[in-house]
Amino acid sequence: MAIAKDHELHTRRQGRNVGLGVVLAAFVAIVFGLTIAKVKGVDVATGYDASNGIINEGISE
Amino acid sequence: MTDTSMDMTSETGEAGFRDFVALLKPRVMSLVVFTAFVGLMVAPVPVHPMVVFTSVLFIAIGGGASGALNMWWDADIDAVMKRTQSRPIPSGKVTTGEAYAIGMTLSAISVIMLGLAANWVAAGLLAFTIFFYVVIYTMWLKRWTPQNIVIGGAAGAFPPMIGWAAATGSISVESVLMFMITFMWTPPHFWALALFVKSDYDKAKVPMLTVTHGRKATRTHILIYTLLLAPVAIGAGFTSIGGPLYLVLALGMNLWFVKGAVDIWRRDDAQSDADSHKVERKFFKLSLIYLFLHFGALLLEATLRPFGLGGW
Repeated sequence: MAIAKDHELHTRRQGRNVGLGVVLAAFVAIVFGLTIAKVKGVDVATGYDASNGIINEGISE
Repeated sequence: MTDTSMDMTSETGEAGFRDFVALLKPRVMSLVVFTAFVGLMVAPVPVHPMVVFTSVLFIAIGGGASGALNMWWDADIDAVMKRTQSRPIPSGKVTTGEAYAIGMTLSAISVIMLGLAANWVAAGLLAFTIFFYVVIYTMWLKRWTPQNIVIGGAAGAFPPMIGWAAATGSISVESVLMFMITFMWTPPHFWALALFVKSDYDKAKVPMLTVTHGRKATRTHILIYTLLLAPVAIGAGFTSIGGPLYLVLALGMNLWFVKGAVDIWRRDDAQSDADSHKVERKFFKLSLIYLFLHFGALLLEATLRPFGLGGW
């Protein structure tokens, strides 16, 4: 049976590690989600032509 | 009060996760998030929601990275001023090396990810914004000239322009106007605060207008910048991002704001001290509502436009 109480330092480290883990997981999720959005056919070639105010439709695949 | 218990944090720099978050100046990030989001949403190009989310997120992270690098560079003056003594570095929770590493890493990640999520024009603008805030403002102007807040305010004005560029891949009159609204708003907003917040900038050798040119000159500067802001803010109403709703709001808010600036200009320190700077505090609160409502109105116009209700 563990008797020792965690020092505040360990609590801080654990908090930091958990926070970093969440950030990394979120980053993976974001990259995944962005990849899906791009691959699913967001027209990346669509551009806004500022010189004459028209939207250029890109060449779709 | 001194804590006589053994303080491991100041000796080892062992910060908690919240201390690293504090390094990014989250309250400043909220302004960045909102204005960048508006800049992106008012652009006349539809953007996938996931791209919107990631673009705004990495613009915000870029802003946070600037904050971390600012805290790294200004650690010496932050330790001197009461207002900033509780920041992560002066309080010993985060070391300067850690702040520098986090700032540089997040800067690189935010710029690269914005380039991949949106486009490299937006990424370039974000990189320039970070450079401007850290090098031009923090390292150079802040300790050199009382006009530091004027020029340095440009850094806070870039986000809507970056948002617009994330959608369109370019800069336009509309995005420049959104930039100008925040740019011209920053000096009266900040100098009004400087009039009623007793801060020891002079102890930290940071030139503040209230100290270098006096409080009367500061009141005059507030009025001048407010008068210069009004035509810019109202003028945006006549562009493609404006509309009748925005125009009515801008006219009303700017009349109110100018009146507030005139009231500040007509007072002297004796009157301000007598009522605890009631007018200056009211003007400062109004400045927060001012910016929120202007960008909110732009967003409203963009939201109503597809239904034939917004815009011209």
